[in-house]
Amino acid sequence: MSAALDAIRALKARWPGATDRATLDHPAINVPPSDLLAVLRSLKEEHGFDMLVDVSGVDWAVGASPRFTVVYHVLSTAAHDYVRVAVDCADAASPEIPSATGLWPGADWHEREAYDMFGIRFTGHPDLRRILMWDGYPHFPLRKDFPLSGVPTELPDAEVVAETKTGAIAAPMAGGPFVASSGEINMAEAEPRAKDESWTERRPKPGA
Amino acid sequence: MAVEHTIPDTAAKNAQGEFETEKMSISMGPSHPSTHGVLRLQLELDGEVVTKADPVIGYLHRGDEKIAENMTYNQFVPYTDRLDYLAPLANNMAYAIAVERLAKLEVPPRCQAIRVITAEMARISSHLMGLGAFGIDVGAWTVFLYSFTEREKLYKLFEELTGARFTTSYTRIGGVARDVPPGWTDRVLAFCDQFLPQLEEILSLLTRNRIFTDRTAGIGVISGEDAIAYGLTGPNLRGSGVPLDLRKDRPYSGYEQYEFDVPVGTHGDAYDRYLVRGEEMRQSVRIIRQAVAKFPGGKWYAEDAKRIIAPPKDKVLTSMEELIQNFMIVTEGPQMPAGEVYFEAENPKGALGFFVVSKGGGVPWRLKIRSPSFCNLSILPKVCLGAMVSDVVAILGSFDFVMGECDR
Amino acid sequence: MVSANTDLTYNSKIEGDVIVSRADAVINWIRSNSMWPMPMGLACCAIELMAVAASRFDIARFGAEVMRFSPKQSDVMIVSGTVTYKMSSAVRRIYDQMAAPKWVIAMGACASTGGMYRSYAVLQGVDRILPVDVYVSGCPPRPEALLDALIKLQEKVKREPSASKLLSA
Repeated sequence: MSAALDAIRALKARWPGATDRATLDHPAINVPPSDLLAVLRSLKEEHGFDMLVDVSGVDWAVGASPRFTVVYHVLSTAAHDYVRVAVDCADAASPEIPSATGLWPGADWHEREAYDMFGIRFTGHPDLRRILMWDGYPHFPLRKDFPLSGVPTELPDAEVVAETKTGAIAAPMAGGPFVASSGEINMAEAEPRAKDESWTERRPKPGA
Repeated sequence: MAVEHTIPDTAAKNAQGEFETEKMSISMGPSHPSTHGVLRLQLELDGEVVTKADPVIGYLHRGDEKIAENMTYNQFVPYTDRLDYLAPLANNMAYAIAVERLAKLEVPPRCQAIRVITAEMARISSHLMGLGAFGIDVGAWTVFLYSFTEREKLYKLFEELTGARFTTSYTRIGGVARDVPPGWTDRVLAFCDQFLPQLEEILSLLTRNRIFTDRTAGIGVISGEDAIAYGLTGPNLRGSGVPLDLRKDRPYSGYEQYEFDVPVGTHGDAYDRYLVRGEEMRQSVRIIRQAVAKFPGGKWYAEDAKRIIAPPKDKVLTSMEELIQNFMIVTEGPQMPAGEVYFEAENPKGALGFFVVSKGGGVPWRLKIRSPSFCNLSILPKVCLGAMVSDVVAILGSFDFVMGECDR
Repeated sequence: MVSANTDLTYNSKIEGDVIVSRADAVINWIRSNSMWPMPMGLACCAIELMAVAASRFDIARFGAEVMRFSPKQSDVMIVSGTVTYKMSSAVRRIYDQMAAPKWVIAMGACASTGGMYRSYAVLQGVDRILPVDVYVSGCPPRPEALLDALIKLQEKVKREPSASKLLSA
């Protein structure tokens, strides 16, 4: 833990834009996008956090500001400590973050996944294309305004579509899943309700 | 012995006026016996040598992370089974510990011991499968059948404990689903006793087998720096000489009380990774024996975490307070405080991590699954360069990845 | 009355070394006892498929242990695992490459209906792109369940009017 805390102290001293981030376990900082690469380079080269463990995107909600955050986890293989670095995307309509592939080649696939799922572009990435969904899929699935069941989309292979006459449909939810929403319980309105799916296999989506 | 492969310069060869050749672009997969599931390798070949390898993944992307945002923490446990479906109990444990860290919840020692025993059995199961698949890829059918026999014995033990052969969904947030049945730990020890000689027999089929060593020694060499730079973890990282094992370096769930060694390779080739996995199975047996010897009494779930873990069914059916508690936890989900945690466990394939962002309540806001196979596969474009097509098969077998985890 | 297509009798004392039977019975008997699977092993069900092929549950007893990954050498495609939309075109293309007669077993909940993955990326049942003959429920189905499905498929094959199909095709 001390290696991580020392690193955080040094980073905050050197980059005034880096601020403490609330965390339940590992030390975490917020950095502005302009300082991101410098901070990561310093963590890697000066403080010994040599492994990039994870890069995740987070979508805070449609109207939230900032809407998208990218969270990096780095690990020091010598000190066995983690540091969390979070950077908020300035623009919710076209979020952009500098790419960390220059520091860690392993960031390549993680950033492609964040692009695929959220639409966050990483400037300087050698080959930013979709990785989990097929090339040409028009939506960003992990955004909060995209429904879990999906949106009817055309499949990429035209011959197969002609043969089978099927496409990517919105998965039939039968009104569920019935769960309470995220957030602290308000006992009055905490009944589990069907999440956004108001239609079933038999009853078509209203307005469709 | 290191095998040197140079990437041929096709254009230069053609310019010299030799026999004119063209590069061939083939797609290995997604339905291919050696790609261990639905991995597609877009290969560019000059004859038999790979000049470019581009893995295409996502053929098993099922939307787990989006599903997690719509399920309570306990409802998501079956989805974690199906991540690394060769060691479901280990995934269950990693997820449960990650979510428990949100509430800083410590489970009782008996629960920790149960989780360790099942995770190590899952490690043996996964490595046996990896061994079997690796054997089949390089042409050894017997290894596959022998290792599956041992796995069936493990399945029998899992079925007795959890009800399912694999895809067990055994852990809950705050404990495990049920206590071990009487006599189960004795049967586990009996399995371990007969497993070690069987393991030696299985490994003896491959370890000094001339064909196997020719096909794997010096193939797919990954240096320690490359392994760290690409985020490799688990036996792939340790095969390249980096002694990082989260069970020793950041112990969780009581691993610090058990004595075991961590095998580390030297050359970073496919043969070393195979040896590391074989030795890890022996160490797993050692851990299981110690855990069973020390097996503590007590409860298998955190009794005082009233808003997190459901009480036992007999109390639910007879007492009002437990009934309400059960109702709230099943419908609302285990109530976790707001905050962010990241926890990685040393799974058989590598470090499986869960980044949980909670805004309070029983449903996570964001659940990112850091998959070891995803990171392990990212080094493929580099490792396959200059190898021959049959070496690519050996490299894939030595990586022991699983697409369920990689694509989620 | 037309007798069942399953009749296949042989009594060497009466008939000598000659078997007299219906063409249907012979063809169906041969086909059902050598169903070579095309394992479309996609996810967890593929592990149970491998367990069926291994020694404890031994699919070789049914003549079906030849799991060639080549569609041109297989009879039955066992779709085991979740079919995603990205993978669906590959599955359909491989099915199209199989030579007739061909059958499909949808193994597991994900292949039958999409299973517990009601999400944007998962094909809600492989029967949206392939004609399925036998559905096996389970997540994953026990190997015994898959063998039961194979037996049901064999019984289905034995009821087919194969000779007239061959003659009319």
